[in-house]
Amino acid sequence: MTNDTILRQDLTWRFGDAIAAWQPVSDDVPTLWVTKERAADVLRYLKTGIEKPYRMLYDLFAIDERMRGHRSGQPQADFTIVYHLLSFDRNADIRVKVPLHGESLSVKSVTDIWPAANWYEREAWDMFGVHFDGHPGLRRILMPPWWQGHPLRKDHPNRATEMPPFVLTNEKVDQRLSQLQFNPDEWGLSRHSEDGDFLFVNIGPHHTGTHGLFRIVCQLDGETIQNAVPDIGYHHRGAEKMAERQTWHTFIPYTDRVDYLGGVMNNLAYVLAVEKLAGIVVPPRAQCIRVMLSELFRIASHLVFYGTFAQDLGAMSPVFYMFTDREHVLEIIEAVCGARMHPNWFRIGGIADDLPRGWDRLIDGLLQWLPGRLKEYDTLVLNNPIFKRRTRGIGAFTQEEAVEWGITGPGLRACGCAWDLRKKRPYSGYQQYDFEIPVASSGDCYDRAVVRVEEIRQSLRIVDQCRNNMPAGDYKSDHPLASPPRKEKTMHDIETLIAHFLSVTWGPVMPAGEAHASIEATKGINGYQVISDGGTVSYRTRIRTPSFAHLQMLPLLCKGAVLSDLIAILGAVDFVLADVDR
Amino acid sequence: MAVDTESGRAMNQTLVMAGTIAGVLAGVLVAASLLIWGERRLLAVWQDRSGPNRVGPLGLGQVAADVVKILTKEDWIPPFADKPIFVLAPMIIMTTTLLSFAVICFGPSAVVADLNVGLLFFLAMSAMGVYSVVLAGWASNSKYPLLGAMRAAGQMFGYEVFMGLSLMGVVMCAGSFNLREIVLAQRHLWFCVPQVLGLVIFLIAGFAETRRLPLDLPETENELVAGYHTEYSGMKFGMFYVGEYVGVVLVSSLITVLFFGGWLGPWLPGVVWFCIKTLVFVCFFVLCRATLMRPRYDQLMSFGWKVLLPLSLANLLVTAAVVLVRGGQ
Repeated sequence: MTNDTILRQDLTWRFGDAIAAWQPVSDDVPTLWVTKERAADVLRYLKTGIEKPYRMLYDLFAIDERMRGHRSGQPQADFTIVYHLLSFDRNADIRVKVPLHGESLSVKSVTDIWPAANWYEREAWDMFGVHFDGHPGLRRILMPPWWQGHPLRKDHPNRATEMPPFVLTNEKVDQRLSQLQFNPDEWGLSRHSEDGDFLFVNIGPHHTGTHGLFRIVCQLDGETIQNAVPDIGYHHRGAEKMAERQTWHTFIPYTDRVDYLGGVMNNLAYVLAVEKLAGIVVPPRAQCIRVMLSELFRIASHLVFYGTFAQDLGAMSPVFYMFTDREHVLEIIEAVCGARMHPNWFRIGGIADDLPRGWDRLIDGLLQWLPGRLKEYDTLVLNNPIFKRRTRGIGAFTQEEAVEWGITGPGLRACGCAWDLRKKRPYSGYQQYDFEIPVASSGDCYDRAVVRVEEIRQSLRIVDQCRNNMPAGDYKSDHPLASPPRKEKTMHDIETLIAHFLSVTWGPVMPAGEAHASIEATKGINGYQVISDGGTVSYRTRIRTPSFAHLQMLPLLCKGAVLSDLIAILGAVDFVLADVDR
Repeated sequence: MAVDTESGRAMNQTLVMAGTIAGVLAGVLVAASLLIWGERRLLAVWQDRSGPNRVGPLGLGQVAADVVKILTKEDWIPPFADKPIFVLAPMIIMTTTLLSFAVICFGPSAVVADLNVGLLFFLAMSAMGVYSVVLAGWASNSKYPLLGAMRAAGQMFGYEVFMGLSLMGVVMCAGSFNLREIVLAQRHLWFCVPQVLGLVIFLIAGFAETRRLPLDLPETENELVAGYHTEYSGMKFGMFYVGEYVGVVLVSSLITVLFFGGWLGPWLPGVVWFCIKTLVFVCFFVLCRATLMRPRYDQLMSFGWKVLLPLSLANLLVTAAVVLVRGGQ
């Protein structure tokens, strides 16, 4: 009996009627429907009661089901709340879906089971208007407080042109600015201590230490942070809504802009999900090129982290050296893709084009250049006594806390959990490569930096193996849904010409279904859940980003720290605001 | 006739004096404004980039361009600021640092005020300079400047004590507070050799005194935006900006005078030697800025009180003992 069947039997035996259905999906994640009354019980059992529990709330999102045609095997619902859980012991996921009906949508909050549910539930409320009973502070998170309506509902306009003309009057400006004024009482923060007043400092949305449009309000006693309230949404562009209007193919460039330091790594998570949906097998050469470019981007992203982190701690020069190195990486990216930060290079079923002549010489150049430089940086940054004093023991969290808050990637590995999807659930042929997962033990800012620096070295190893073992063959699948379709065959018969024409003008039609793909991105685990209703556009695309979860944990990390530590902690978390807000 | 020559001599002296003052003032200000360009070029060299190289030969025109820019920028006083103090604060820093140059001897006779308590005058001025920063932060009536001012005040308590003490060894060796006599006392051996500990401690204090990386805690652009001068613009900001460079020149010249024999040196005229030595330390300041990281505020404080203060006291004790033994012979 497989684990999956045991799980099904166990849950059916325990919860009986509460389990409405087991839904067939295009990926291998067991998906069950639970009535909203018992949902919290089932989730609590999955987290604490079951053998080999699902300890991490990996994702929580909603679906507007009202316009969906293909729903066979699913109970009737107007809206669905999806809980995506991850088990480290099983190395498996589970998806729990809760159907909601009618106009007064509400479900019990799970913030008492997972603290990390807080922001996810706020997001679901913001985007879909689903109310979570018992949530400690259900308010808008990505949209501004004055926004009317819930953007990800199907009846909300998708473009500004579908809305009345935008007029900004002086009254509107005043009203909106006053709504952004921080009010400590709203957050239950006291204004005075026993012997004086607290100082509320508004850091951001424009501040050198926040690395982007991010605001955090600190309640200060002297320079000690008593409490911190992060405020996100300033970089929100509605990528998930755009996915519902772009074709499967033309959404790829938008993914580039989610974690804008990760480049093609975003493409990868998205196309893997769509390929799973369509059942496309990618040829080995395309896989190898994908891995190589992804690892180059991991190096580039970690170099930006390394430099800016040192800069946050007052070191002026490393950032210049590391951007020079990043330039070497981006030169290769540019030679291959023609673009640097937003290459838009992966395609459904392969990549856009083959490698250019002489690509291997460029890789050789990088492989010779970087290791020596990294050694120098060890002396300059990692072994610098001031650096150590500023980062050791600062912003530390344990493995349990990390799992509780949905921390993935280098942050999780810095506290001793060797969890890397490239090893645990190899995709794109990662099982063929020889590399190690760097792990540290104390989970503080210093260890996070050490892990990332070692990851650069491991990525170089992978790139080296790609360079030496690049398979010959096609760079794109022959599958009819691979997009854009192969041009060569179109000039021979009218049928393929018509198919090509339709596929290019309308875009490929994906079979109805749901699929999820997660990859080990630069900041942590990045996942795309795509739902097709059998059309040329996605019915719902959910983008699970690592930075969203990481930033939510921030108040916990900086409580009791001083202002200077906050900057170190922010730097060590290594987030990208577009990756938080999408 | 005798009266005439006397008044003529007095007249002459006044002219020489005025000349010296004008020379020192012009020299210091030119050096400070050249540093606007010099620091950026030097940092660029150490950071593998070019720096300002477009305006004029070697980019030297950048100095003029920057001065024009800073003079013509809108000089905005925030409506919530305490106006008189807000205006006064940047002037204090310029005044105190420039006044300190009065006691520096650039050559055997090139000194504005040959005070017998020259060193104490410098210490007094440097203590006054902190007021500028604290007042600027307080008068801005805004949160980041306030935090910066608080740090400046705390930092001052941290370093002023050991800065003064670190110099007392030099005073003991020379037997005088007069900077000219201190230089003359170094004829045979520069004080950087017997007072090496004092030198190191004074260097560290110098970073705090000039509020430059690694000890730029009142400013900390990564944390406090621009610290105490966040709300400043135009020429008032310019005064803080140039004041910082004047401070660098000042501390470098003091290191030259106190530890490296001032104008003493073979072949070349004294003033040239003085300038060369000072330039080396100015470059050293820039190099440190390019290399080092910034410790945390409380780390700096505990380092100052728990390490540097005992060290400077020990240095003082040993120096006193040596001086006593030598004097007894």
